[in-house]
Amino acid sequence: MTVSAELELESFVLLRLGERRFAVAAAQIAELVAPSRVFRFPHRTPKIEGVILRRGRIVPVCDVAETLIGKKLTSRRFYLIAVRHFGAQTEWVALPVTGDCELIHAEMIAPGESDAAQVSGWLSHAGDVMEVLNLDALTPGPEDLLTEAAAEATLEAQP
Amino acid sequence: MRLATPVKPTALRAEQIILFRVGGQLFAISSASVQEVRSADSLSGASIEINAAGMSKVRHVVRRGEKSLYIVDGTTHFGISAPVGALVFVLRKTRTALLIDGIEKMTSMTRLQALPQCFCHEERRWYRGLTALDQTVVPVVHPEGFLSQEELALLDAALPPMALPEAETNEGAEFPQ
Repeated sequence: MTVSAELELESFVLLRLGERRFAVAAAQIAELVAPSRVFRFPHRTPKIEGVILRRGRIVPVCDVAETLIGKKLTSRRFYLIAVRHFGAQTEWVALPVTGDCELIHAEMIAPGESDAAQVSGWLSHAGDVMEVLNLDALTPGPEDLLTEAAAEATLEAQP
Repeated sequence: MRLATPVKPTALRAEQIILFRVGGQLFAISSASVQEVRSADSLSGASIEINAAGMSKVRHVVRRGEKSLYIVDGTTHFGISAPVGALVFVLRKTRTALLIDGIEKMTSMTRLQALPQCFCHEERRWYRGLTALDQTVVPVVHPEGFLSQEELALLDAALPPMALPEAETNEGAEFPQ
């Protein structure tokens, strides 16, 4: 490996959802914690299961498995607590994962034009090619409402 | 790995709250927002039926002079499947009376954390935020979040002509402001 290639390496945390593995930029990960009690209350936001209490903070639990692997998780081993950006602000979000997580250094390949918004790039590691997740696009937030409103407006505009 | 800078929760002085249940689910409301607590039975004689399209959470209205007080079924509002409640909170400075299961207790909260921004639908209107009490997280409801201006306009338009309902019984408690 050349010096210039080494400089391209970035740190990622690999997480497992069912049979598949995904990556998240390590800079976005706050910690990995054992599952704790999820407090549920009525709301209308899809993907949000409830909240957990962590270090005095109330952290939303966001099950992204249905979006990524097409089914909800039936078991979970850890919560990956990640940083989610809302414009200039950041908040924690807990992502349930089903297996051990791993920290690796790898070079990310830029996403293709046809890739979904939740894909911020691709990694090749240990024979696997995996998506690097864009948590800001994957987890719900105020921008979802704008997208939904735009979709409704498009439908209404259709003859 | 980088640890995000903790978000400073909204600091509040201790605020008196009432913990109550709707469909078995625990909620909190500032006690200053509750004008009266009445039994549902005591209001039923004074209420009249109302049917506004798309407003299944409001089935009754109580007329108090010029003011119409809409009785919101908490279970329908929050989308909880449960029997209709037995107590009513008349909410101060609103036109809402909230049908609930019952009061759990009165307590105080010292911290109210803003609802995480991941919650991005109607719940943002429903809740002022979340508070942690005895290792439990409780949503703190917004008294004005039960009926929007649009919903009030719909209900006003569906009001039946002024009738003379039976007088309200005094089976209830008035909360000091």
